[in-house]
Amino acid sequence: MKPPPFEYHAPTSVEEACRLIGSLDDAKILAGGQSLIPLLNFRLARPRHLVDINRIVGLDRIYERDGGVAVQALVRQAAVEDSELVARVCPLLSDAVRLVAHRVIRNRGTVCGSIAHADPASELPAVLLALGGHVVVRSTHGERAVHAEQLFGGMFETTLSPDEVVVEAWFPEIHDSFAIFEESRRHGDFALAGVVRADRKLALFGVAPTPVLADPRDPTRDLEPSADVEATPEFRLHLVRVLAAKAFAA
Amino acid sequence: MRVNGNAHPAPVDTRRLLSDHLRHDLGLTGTHVGCEHGVCGCCTVLLDGAAVRSCLMLAVQAEGHEVTTVEGLTREGAPLHPVQQAFHECHALQCGFCTPGFVMSVLSLLAQHPDPTAHEIEEGIAGNLCRCTGYASIRRAVVRAVELSRE
Amino acid sequence: MTTRWFGAPVQRVEDDRLLRGHGRYTDDIDDGALECCFVRSPYAHARITSIDVEAARGMQGVVAVYTAADLPFGGVDLPLLIPHPNLTHGRTQRCLASDVVRYAGEAVAFIVADSRYVAEDAAELVQVEYEPLPVVITPEDAVRAEHLVHDDVPGNVAAEMLQEVGGVDAALAAAPHRKNLRFRYERGAANALEARAVWALWSDAEHRLTVYDSTQSPTSIRGGLAVLFGLPESSVDVIAPDVGGGFGSKIMLFYPDELLVPYAAMQLGRPVKWTEDRQEHFTAVNQERGQVHEVEVGFDDQGHVLALSDDFIHDGGAYTPYGIILPIITAAQVPGPYRIPNYRVRFRDLYTNAIPTSPYRGAGRPHACFVMERTLDVIAAELGLDRVEVRRRNLIQRDEFPYEVGVAWQDGNTVIYDSGNYPELLDRALTMLGPRPAGDHVGMGLAIYVEGTGVGPYEGAHVQVLVSGKVIAATGIPSQGQAHATVWAQVVADELGVDIKDVEVTSGDTRRFSWGVGTFASRSAVTAGNAMHVAASMVAAKAKQIAAEHLEANPDDLELVGGQVRVKGSPDRGMPLAAVAVLSNPVRYAFGGGTEAATQFAARARPGPPLQDGEQPGLEATGYYSPPGSTWASGCHAAYVRVDPRTFRLEILKYVVVHDCGRVINPLVLQGQIEGGVAQGIGGAFYERLAYDADGQLRNASFMEFLMPYATEIPPIEIDHIETPSPLNPLGVKGAGEAGVIPVGAVLASAIDEALGVPITEMPLSPLKLYELTR
Repeated sequence: MKPPPFEYHAPTSVEEACRLIGSLDDAKILAGGQSLIPLLNFRLARPRHLVDINRIVGLDRIYERDGGVAVQALVRQAAVEDSELVARVCPLLSDAVRLVAHRVIRNRGTVCGSIAHADPASELPAVLLALGGHVVVRSTHGERAVHAEQLFGGMFETTLSPDEVVVEAWFPEIHDSFAIFEESRRHGDFALAGVVRADRKLALFGVAPTPVLADPRDPTRDLEPSADVEATPEFRLHLVRVLAAKAFAA
Repeated sequence: MRVNGNAHPAPVDTRRLLSDHLRHDLGLTGTHVGCEHGVCGCCTVLLDGAAVRSCLMLAVQAEGHEVTTVEGLTREGAPLHPVQQAFHECHALQCGFCTPGFVMSVLSLLAQHPDPTAHEIEEGIAGNLCRCTGYASIRRAVVRAVELSRE
Repeated sequence: MTTRWFGAPVQRVEDDRLLRGHGRYTDDIDDGALECCFVRSPYAHARITSIDVEAARGMQGVVAVYTAADLPFGGVDLPLLIPHPNLTHGRTQRCLASDVVRYAGEAVAFIVADSRYVAEDAAELVQVEYEPLPVVITPEDAVRAEHLVHDDVPGNVAAEMLQEVGGVDAALAAAPHRKNLRFRYERGAANALEARAVWALWSDAEHRLTVYDSTQSPTSIRGGLAVLFGLPESSVDVIAPDVGGGFGSKIMLFYPDELLVPYAAMQLGRPVKWTEDRQEHFTAVNQERGQVHEVEVGFDDQGHVLALSDDFIHDGGAYTPYGIILPIITAAQVPGPYRIPNYRVRFRDLYTNAIPTSPYRGAGRPHACFVMERTLDVIAAELGLDRVEVRRRNLIQRDEFPYEVGVAWQDGNTVIYDSGNYPELLDRALTMLGPRPAGDHVGMGLAIYVEGTGVGPYEGAHVQVLVSGKVIAATGIPSQGQAHATVWAQVVADELGVDIKDVEVTSGDTRRFSWGVGTFASRSAVTAGNAMHVAASMVAAKAKQIAAEHLEANPDDLELVGGQVRVKGSPDRGMPLAAVAVLSNPVRYAFGGGTEAATQFAARARPGPPLQDGEQPGLEATGYYSPPGSTWASGCHAAYVRVDPRTFRLEILKYVVVHDCGRVINPLVLQGQIEGGVAQGIGGAFYERLAYDADGQLRNASFMEFLMPYATEIPPIEIDHIETPSPLNPLGVKGAGEAGVIPVGAVLASAIDEALGVPITEMPLSPLKLYELTR
């Protein structure tokens, strides 16, 4: 399972990365690589160009702003896990990141990368959605913020243009009335179904093509989860009800 | 890039996985390949001291970093590292294929938690597959490794 | 013979180099080898209408591309390894398909290139046109036979076998109670962490073929290559170097690559290596476990089983290279440790459009145990009796050995249990298990099993004391992690009175030992272990005889202790074993190492020629052990589990094992085997599933979706042993390699059944399955 041929680029600045991603046809950004490289090895993804942003300096900060915590593009999930700042400002994010795969994956995987990858069964996009956070994206045209509710377009798809680079994810602060629960087959696996509670808001993951907001009083309304090897739609609906009840029980 | 303290020229082929570069270009075959999608952990090495899957990195990405493989833990003829010694004492390896990956993961765990709780041990070994031992002996080996490291 | 090492928890001699990263697995061997890749059928059943490899051949870095048409043996069917008179419609595949493919993954083209990367690029350029044909995927589909896997095999039946002991129909008719039950087991896969690999080199200068192969039987591969390529066996070396797990998947022999890689090496004049990747492994390596059983059982008011009829179908896959060993084993093992006075078993081995089946740890026994144990639980429930009591009433007692079951066994003999103490296993397991934990949705599981181990035909060993005093030993069968080098060193060291550090064991290398069968079916300790004992005993006897002449003592008064041969009771009257080795080879020319003592002008111990009739130089011997029949291990597993009634997550609260494998050579190694086996059993029962769709495509061909358990899924287990020595071999040992996995499905099914109050009659389970069963 070896990657197919591609052209490799390693920009050293965000500007250069934007120029590359804006001008190259069929280019993908390589950050942590924990989602992209398996796809390359399976030859399920065959981008003509890989733009490796790991050489960009100064894109690995976690800092407070605007009543929340900002996590830049090259912040590893492990750094968020170990961050006292995150634990203080947004402990829901601290809890959530511990559910992502295993520590060894988190040592390389990035928070922004996970959000940009938009796997419907992953935790961090749902956390962003439940909290009402946003990502900051840059291109050769400038910079803009994209709110979580406008960010996810479909399975493994954001609404971002191919020439936009996620430079930062911002999570509002939260101090109580939060929870994240998921049911997965093995410890660290993708969730069959998961819920994120941020105060009165509820986001679901693993049960729709994107993370979705739901009504805590009727969490499965309008939900049409898919079937796969480990879960039928009915089972997913059942798990959503169980997990949502658990999240709002405390 | 530096591997086990030695400088090596940067790899030329940009699509070469780090696991293949270590094994076949540098001849360090102690790191093994079990799945090439990051699940089994046989390919685990240390990158700047933290455990990573070498099958999920391009070799070129290791340029400028410090890679440690199992061969770097102790020199030829020198005694085993405490983690290695603990695995031996506790019969925590059978076929040995997952073992280097486990050893590196345990090293990374102990670097982060030198005196780990049972929960931390469980989390620390939770990302590596073993098909032979059933994990009980590996758990025992981590506890023993902590003891040996203190001595 | 001292027993200083036998029975001791000796730490392994194998570990140091493996821990340092100096293991040598087949893919580690390079030496400038070309690398390979297969093109495999994406269809489970299709006619090939064309294969175009020209673009692939033309790619830079590609050295050769082979299809069936390019091979002199392209039209030759691969060997049918285990023929059997009931296998009336056995079929094997060819190295490369050119006409019809019968499972998704069947090999169609073989590419040799500078690197695996290039080979995979080239594989994408191979164009194969397929006409899909109807697919038969489940055993039920196969038996319905709306479609055929092989046009010339009616009903998809490769083999049918019926056996009866006693008179089942009459006994059923007369039984106070009768139940009909159906049990279903799905396929599972071994998935050793080292995928398969083969490296080969042909030397024109030496006219010699050398093959490194991650296989469980180098001697068989050697024999097959010699036949195929028209070479004398002495010109073919096959070595299993370090092997990263086998679990049966590597005892399937003559996978296409095992012929194609040596062939390419011979054609291309360069070393050639093929290493499988994990995705490929899922569609190319044999699987096992698919069976459906229809059981009718007759019993009395006390729960005694009066008659059992089992009619089962076995998912054989698309071809039958391994014959019908698996269903034979299942048929033989259904009665288990219980007295079944009237037993009838019929099986049909069916073709399906899936990978061929051959042993995976347990090899037909887990299903057998499941059938019997679940049946006993049903009997208990029907009668309102305690399931433990029902088992006690049916168990074969310790004074009933040897116990003839009367059905065929996999070695051509019939099943006769040689020794055991099943009630003791049960009692100890229950004591260890203790009281039921508090809480809701808690269930208890229990299963007792037997395991036929140590089958023949034989194994051999060579043992030699070198002039340095060190001992070397070798046998033909390889190791995949079972600590053979340590365990056999223990046997030899005891016999020769040396330290195990001074015994170096080589296994699985035909250059060192070329006779033997293979590592499978929990047989190594029994066969190779006893062969080591035979050879070492012969060396010990010779050492005493030579030493006796020089010490002027009676050989019967001598003992081998601490590297010396000495007079019992007079420890200063002795000589080093090394010196005896020197003297065993009368020389003209001394070459150091004390060999002056063996030259012609040195003191002579006896008159006559230096070597006398029947004597051979050297302190060495080759010995063989051929078992008269299997020796039967046994065990009892018990557990408490809790099933979350909302998420259907499984929590194993306690798991105990009481095990009997006769005399134990190394308790540390045995513990590892059991712990590993139980983990594989848990994986197979609740996590792993091969999700084939109706088109015969495997939907979860990756480790992300085929869920082998991590440490977090495996609870600690408690183990106890009893030893009922085997009367069939001098060491009194029985096999232990598969024991851990055999009853786990039955135990967990039984526990979950009780925890949720729903009948569990199938494997594997999962939260989804439990959710559906409780709707």
